[in-house]
Amino acid sequence: MSGDRIVSLHNPWFTASVGITAAIAIIAAVAGFAWLPLQQQGERFDGIWDAICSAAGLVRNAPSASQIVGANYLTTNVEVVPQMLQGASAESIGRGATLALRCTMCHGARGLSQADTPNLAGEYPITIYKELVDFKTSARASAVMAPLVADLRDADMRDLAAYYAYLPRPPDLRATSDVPPRIVANGAPMRGIAPCGACHGELDSKPGAAWLEGQPAIYLRTQLAAFASGARRNDIGEQMRNIARRMTPDEIAAASRFYADRP
Amino acid sequence: MWNSRRMVLAHLWFAFAGFGLALSLGAWQMFVRSPLSAWISDPELYYRSVTAHGTTMAYVFPTLVAMGFGYFVTEKSLSRPLIGLSWAWIGFALVVLGTIAAIVPVALGRASVLYTFYPPLVGDPLYYIGVVLVVVGSWVWVALMSINMYRWKRDNPGAPVPFPMFATVAGSYLWGWTAVGAALELLFQIIPVALGLRDTIDAGLARVFFSWTLHAIVYFWLMPTYIAYYTILPRAIGGRLFSDSMGRIAFILFLIVAMPIGIHHAFEDPQVGAGFKYLHSVFTALVALPTLLTVFTICASVEIAARLRGGKGLLGWLSALPWDNPVMLGAALSFVMLGFGGAGGLINMSYQLNATVHNTQWVTGHFHLIFGGAIVIMYFVIAYDIWPHLTGRALDRLGLMRAQLWTWFVGMIVLTFPWHWVGILGMPRRMAFYDYSDPTIAAQAASVTMSVVGAAILVVSAVLFFVVLVRGQTAPRAEPPAYRFSVAVHPPRSLPAALNGFGLWLGLMVGLTIVNYGFPIAHLLATPGTAVPAVNVGQRQ
Repeated sequence: MSGDRIVSLHNPWFTASVGITAAIAIIAAVAGFAWLPLQQQGERFDGIWDAICSAAGLVRNAPSASQIVGANYLTTNVEVVPQMLQGASAESIGRGATLALRCTMCHGARGLSQADTPNLAGEYPITIYKELVDFKTSARASAVMAPLVADLRDADMRDLAAYYAYLPRPPDLRATSDVPPRIVANGAPMRGIAPCGACHGELDSKPGAAWLEGQPAIYLRTQLAAFASGARRNDIGEQMRNIARRMTPDEIAAASRFYADRP
Repeated sequence: MWNSRRMVLAHLWFAFAGFGLALSLGAWQMFVRSPLSAWISDPELYYRSVTAHGTTMAYVFPTLVAMGFGYFVTEKSLSRPLIGLSWAWIGFALVVLGTIAAIVPVALGRASVLYTFYPPLVGDPLYYIGVVLVVVGSWVWVALMSINMYRWKRDNPGAPVPFPMFATVAGSYLWGWTAVGAALELLFQIIPVALGLRDTIDAGLARVFFSWTLHAIVYFWLMPTYIAYYTILPRAIGGRLFSDSMGRIAFILFLIVAMPIGIHHAFEDPQVGAGFKYLHSVFTALVALPTLLTVFTICASVEIAARLRGGKGLLGWLSALPWDNPVMLGAALSFVMLGFGGAGGLINMSYQLNATVHNTQWVTGHFHLIFGGAIVIMYFVIAYDIWPHLTGRALDRLGLMRAQLWTWFVGMIVLTFPWHWVGILGMPRRMAFYDYSDPTIAAQAASVTMSVVGAAILVVSAVLFFVVLVRGQTAPRAEPPAYRFSVAVHPPRSLPAALNGFGLWLGLMVGLTIVNYGFPIAHLLATPGTAVPAVNVGQRQ
């Protein structure tokens, strides 16, 4: 018996197994690709072929009734990817250092100042670059920054980002036993608030998010309030606006104080 | 010196050692995200642990058990030495090397991507290369199973391949083909990005590739368990296998319908068309066929044993079964968990019901009940059954074995039933922190606490398991009689070629894979603009 030819129409095992499998596949395909899609309420297909294409997962044009609604304010046009602005050259850093002379009044000679403006020394280059572009395109509004960036070219902003990223961050002088407030370490999951540290460096870093340690408390508090009120809206995907809106004033104060107290 | 006994023992000891460590991590995870523990304040530690737990439990532990048990079955059922012993050692070495390569970056926090990889998350390339090495090592086993069977057939023309060997080869083919999906994902999607050769990754396509592996891998885990049901249980309780052919058909059906059904793991994925989701759902339902065939055949075999032992009546024969025999006890407890787990699986495989439990803790509870419960308890039984034949020393602590099996069963039920329940309440999976002080989820605290108790019972059970094995390793030498598998009521004298080989069935398996996966993969490959930037994990600044 074992010498039988397997692939043969005379072999009942072959005809039955292939026949039954094919029948199941065909019946399931007819049901899944034609009959069930046509039973769907609210789906508008241009005939059965359109229904089959939809069930097969082909990309189809959106129905003409639902136009894409654009934002009625300026949004950032920086596409942030983790790999951008890596490996700056010494020339780029040098050009950035020259360009940065115009920034020293507020941001300090070496990216650190007491002026309640953000400290830029050691900040991620993606963050610096994105904020500069946003100031230039007015996606982020600032009466002080707007005229200063107006004449910067894209390459200038990349050089500035490279320079500030190159400067050393201030050393961490705080004790490691310093317990972060709950909003920083845990967030508030039931309100959809991720821990600050999940993006801003305590636990993990996300491209585009700033390194916050040592920033002035009043600056952090003002920015959170601006996100909450919608005055600042250059966060891609609205993640900071969604978080800040749901934070209580106490949480905003605690988070700002925590990061500010860290040198 | 390097005989096959040592080789099988090496596989099983490494498998169980990994299992023990991964189990401890799992219990820790259950504890730290329960209300009994203060928040550890670093989710990365939690995901690191989950990655190590999943990688060990899903790739290393069951693969090594299937390999070791497969080599054992080959020698004992074909009654001749294994062909390719040195290749078997090479395969083992690859798995060990791969495991170490994968776990080191995970332990360093450089690859906390969970064992299902979750592109566009990308971790240390060494992690993925380690997983590939584990798979390559297991493919050596797949080849050896095939070579041994065909050499035996060549030397015994026309004779039926012994059923244990037939079933083992079916399991190896299932694994050989199902691992291709994850291998494609790793080699063409993830590893080039992890090595820095590319910046973007087609996460949708990668998920479809992984679904190719993701479901049939469960049936690969299940294979040693099913082989033990058919070939160990009836013999161990003094009965006979109800039908040899029924067993072969069940394994053949697993080979065909367990494979091309993985898109039911991607029901909520937008990149796959609803028609293919339906197709996969239909074939997933067909897996009930070989499962029910097995339930019928094994129950019938057990009834034969009970009646041979004087059992009477419609159900009265149940009391005549040797319940003090660990193999009987383990198989019965496995069946109970398989029943509950299978019922839960019916909900996961149906499109609409799945939507209610998708990505909730229900799913985690489900696969722990099926894999950790129904499958792993039979791994214990297999170890108890074959250990004396590997060590030449008796395992005589039957009471301890029964206590171990019972604690594993009770622990798994106490762990997974509340786990299912909180899933129905909507508790999401893959989260490191739950704020039980919030009134919205405060009610789930009691259920999660119950699961922690279940996890603790499982740890106790695992300790008992190692005590039994270590005692068996140090007991006085007592060479056991020759190993036997179950004999069928009517042992086959000759078989149709279709039931004595795999050519037809492999053709159907590959053909059905092309029907069910061909278009979605080709379409995603051909669609431009589907790649997204990779997100590197483990690069804290």
